[in-house]
Amino acid sequence: MTKLLTAHFHEPRLHELETYRGLGGYEGLKKALAMGREQLMEEMKKSNLRGLGGAGFPAGMKWSTVTPEAKDPGPRYVVVNCDESEPGCFKDRVLVTRAPHALIEGLLIAMHAIDAKQGFIFVRGEYQVQYRILDKALAEARSAGLLGERSIDLMRGAGAYISGLDTALLETMEGKKAWPRQPPPFPTAKGLMGRPTVVNNVETLCMVPHVVLKGGDWFAALGTPKSGGTFLFSVSGHVAKPGVYEFPMGTPLKDIIAAAGGVKGGRKLKAVIPGGVSTPVMTAEELDTPMDFEGPRAQGSFLGAGGVIVLDETADMVMVAHNIERFLAHESCGQCTPCRQGSYWYERILERGLSGGGVAADLETLQRTGEDMTGKVICALGDTVGVVTRALMKKFPEDFKAKFPERRG
Amino acid sequence: MAKTIRFTLDGRTVEAREGETVLEAAQRCGLRIPHYCWHQALGNPGNCRMCNVEVEGAAKPMVSCRLQPKEGMVVRSAAPAARRWQRAALEFHLVDHPLDCPVCDQSGECGLQDYYMDIGRYPSSLRDDKWHMGKRMPIGPHIMLDQERCIMCTRCTRFVSTVSQSHELGIFGRGHSQVVDVVPGRSLDNPYSGCLADICPVGALTDRDFRFQVRVWYLDEAESVCPGCSRLCSIWAHTSTRRPWHNQGRRLARLKPRLDPEVNGPWICDEGRYGFAGFDSDRLGRVLRLGRDAAELPWDAACDEIAVAWHRVVRHKKPEGLAVVASGALSNQDWAGFRSLFVDGLRLSRFLFAPEPDQVGAEDGLLRRRDKVPNLAGGRAFGFGAEIQSLTWQTLAEQIEQGEVWGLYVVDRDPLKVWGEKGRALLERLDLLVYQGPRKGLTGELARFRLPATAWLEEDGEFTDFQGRVRGYRRALEPLGQARPDWEIFAAIEAAFHGGGGL
Ligand SMILES: Cc1cc2nc3c(=O)[nH]c(=O)nc-3n(C[C@H](O)[C@H](O)[C@H](O)COP(=O)(O)O)c2cc1C
Ligand code: SF4
Ligand code: SF4
Ligand code: SF4
Repeated sequence: MTKLLTAHFHEPRLHELETYRGLGGYEGLKKALAMGREQLMEEMKKSNLRGLGGAGFPAGMKWSTVTPEAKDPGPRYVVVNCDESEPGCFKDRVLVTRAPHALIEGLLIAMHAIDAKQGFIFVRGEYQVQYRILDKALAEARSAGLLGERSIDLMRGAGAYISGLDTALLETMEGKKAWPRQPPPFPTAKGLMGRPTVVNNVETLCMVPHVVLKGGDWFAALGTPKSGGTFLFSVSGHVAKPGVYEFPMGTPLKDIIAAAGGVKGGRKLKAVIPGGVSTPVMTAEELDTPMDFEGPRAQGSFLGAGGVIVLDETADMVMVAHNIERFLAHESCGQCTPCRQGSYWYERILERGLSGGGVAADLETLQRTGEDMTGKVICALGDTVGVVTRALMKKFPEDFKAKFPERRG
Repeated sequence: MAKTIRFTLDGRTVEAREGETVLEAAQRCGLRIPHYCWHQALGNPGNCRMCNVEVEGAAKPMVSCRLQPKEGMVVRSAAPAARRWQRAALEFHLVDHPLDCPVCDQSGECGLQDYYMDIGRYPSSLRDDKWHMGKRMPIGPHIMLDQERCIMCTRCTRFVSTVSQSHELGIFGRGHSQVVDVVPGRSLDNPYSGCLADICPVGALTDRDFRFQVRVWYLDEAESVCPGCSRLCSIWAHTSTRRPWHNQGRRLARLKPRLDPEVNGPWICDEGRYGFAGFDSDRLGRVLRLGRDAAELPWDAACDEIAVAWHRVVRHKKPEGLAVVASGALSNQDWAGFRSLFVDGLRLSRFLFAPEPDQVGAEDGLLRRRDKVPNLAGGRAFGFGAEIQSLTWQTLAEQIEQGEVWGLYVVDRDPLKVWGEKGRALLERLDLLVYQGPRKGLTGELARFRLPATAWLEEDGEFTDFQGRVRGYRRALEPLGQARPDWEIFAAIEAAFHGGGGL
């Protein structure tokens, strides 16, 4: 099976420039620089490379919406989103640790594509080691003259999940509170410091050299009609071998779980959270779902950022809901009222359910207020608060009835 | 002509001006869509989600404060779906709200109470404890913060960053536990800090002056202008007379900005807002003859006696030996009476209007003006400009000393305060000293006649601002005792002169 990003992960010194180059690294950049922007955009569009940070927005399309330099002279930026904070997702960490030059190469190609002289890599605050690895790799690339006229700087997050959301990330970079903006305008029109900005996920950019080297059509053919190439799944939970597994887009969920050694201890699988805790749960009956951006949607869920969390029969779904909602309440940026207050209300109700104080009427409250959050908040975090628990309630009603029983009096 | 866009809102056709949002257009046409975070002068962050509306053909609710209307768009803000979204947003605002309305000064003019009664009225579903935060935090000289009541609309932080540009407030923390607070080491003491109590839609930022004084539903209001400086900001005067035992017996409860796009927008400064707290103190209410034969007089008797006293002196002294000291706080009506009596009638020429040093103060680019007297411009329009200010305090003192000035008519000024103790001897030399004004002052004690005038809140009148606009104000309170507007006093004295055949 074709592997793109993890193909050389067995090389112990892959993080060093020499090794990376020895394996054909930075050839994509060379080719891209020779290619001319239009052709580069064309290949990107043909590739069906989707944004792999969770939202799945086609990368070529995003790049091509940047206002051209001729129409809007002045600086433009590419920002790498390495804030990876979604519980269940750890692929960006692995990519940066093992192959930092792949990211730098992809970033340089993206900068060339939109004519950006300045790039940034925004690294999650807790990724201390990764920050140092990137710092060193950048120094190597710089002294090897690979950056040319371009400049790339590292920036650190301050420990908020929400700053992984592109517009909140831009606010943070400008030194403000990580409160998401409300597009329009989108970052490609008005991003960092009000200038056109492309924000891309680490993995998305790591894919770019492969698109350039082998062509958009080749890349697209690896995946499904709308999701090109491969995808890194971070598999965790009740599996025998948790880790990062690269598969072509559209691989059935059960194959991914099997690759991770299947359910641990011979227990039965109860549920799978397919793309990180923000994505609604799927059941054991839904394991044939092809994992691309379209597949999980048919089950009311999302591919997200590929954080597959496997839950076996011992899992109590109220506890799962509480765990996730507590996280979301803690990470809600607090800007808009339904999410700020609703997430904490959710946490309290679920916590009371776990400690024996739940009543059936709470389930109505969860259902009703969940509907009142989703689609009625500023960003996707608030949407998620209302969605996640409702999906668990719908697919595992017995667990919830047990903790929120009808009571007399 | 600017382009307009026609759309329908709840069945009514609304014309939006170019650039206006649905909420703004509705607001201008007097149609109300619930909202907290939107404020005409502070923008539309769209964080409260109260203004959700239903747009025909749109899949999702739209926040009307960020919605640009399109020609022919059909918008519903009062339809069941829209109301459900708005009610839900309100419910979220109230989940952790302490509901301490019985001890909250905002009660009666609170956005939470109002919308609950308008569109809420749902039974509570909350079975859990509320989150607690800081209460009664005096964060500045004028403002009290209650973090629990805050609904995070960010109006206050936007105000300090864009209007006062003083940046003393911030939002600290994240999510449900985040709080509004002053930046460490700072105090909320910008010259416009009182505005924060106005813009806070709930009881989170309240006025320390007004705290626990009187319930807002016992207040009356009158349109007025602030006489604190020559900007003459439009204000509401809120008075408490229905229950005299409230507000510690003071009749003036508070001054609030009255929206006026041409003058002050929605703001007023702290000097104006809090400068009149002592409105009722040291007030004059009786017409008095002072001295050995001190007595309380009816108005006509007092005016006659003043005319007689004048005649007695001018039999042997020059009429122009009477000097007049007046303040720039007279209304245009007063200036007319003033001119008629002293210039056209008595043909006097010794006047002093120049503001005292403490009547000149801070000025900034927002509202505050240097001259802290309201109506020097009105005076100028009646001919009392720089050219006629023949006297200074210095020359007036000299001329009394030399006997050139034998009488003084003081209108709401205090020469004794300016001159200090040596002034007492000067004033005692005079053949006639008349004092007229709303407040006692030191000079009033030495006058032969002391005439009580109304203060601006007790009369209808007009000032002229520094830009030449005539600015009317309405009577908010009854005059005290015998007090009358200055122009009426001037007219009565003039009549007394006529009656006595003096003019
Ligand atoms: C709450 C929230 C958190 C997010 N966190 C991340 C993140 O940590 N890393 C990331 O790449 N994208 C994250 N995203 C998605 C970004 O907003 C954005 O879509 C992405 O960075 C764009 O890059 P891509 O198109 O290459 O995926 C997050 C989105 C939301 C709503
Ligand atoms: S939905 Fe939640 S995280 Fe997003 S802006 Fe609103 S409060 Fe912040
Ligand atoms: S802010 Fe409003 S709702 Fe809250 S206690 Fe005060 S009056 Fe009541
Ligand atoms: S203190 Fe008042 S104005 Fe400030 S955010 Fe809270 S509710 Fe809004």
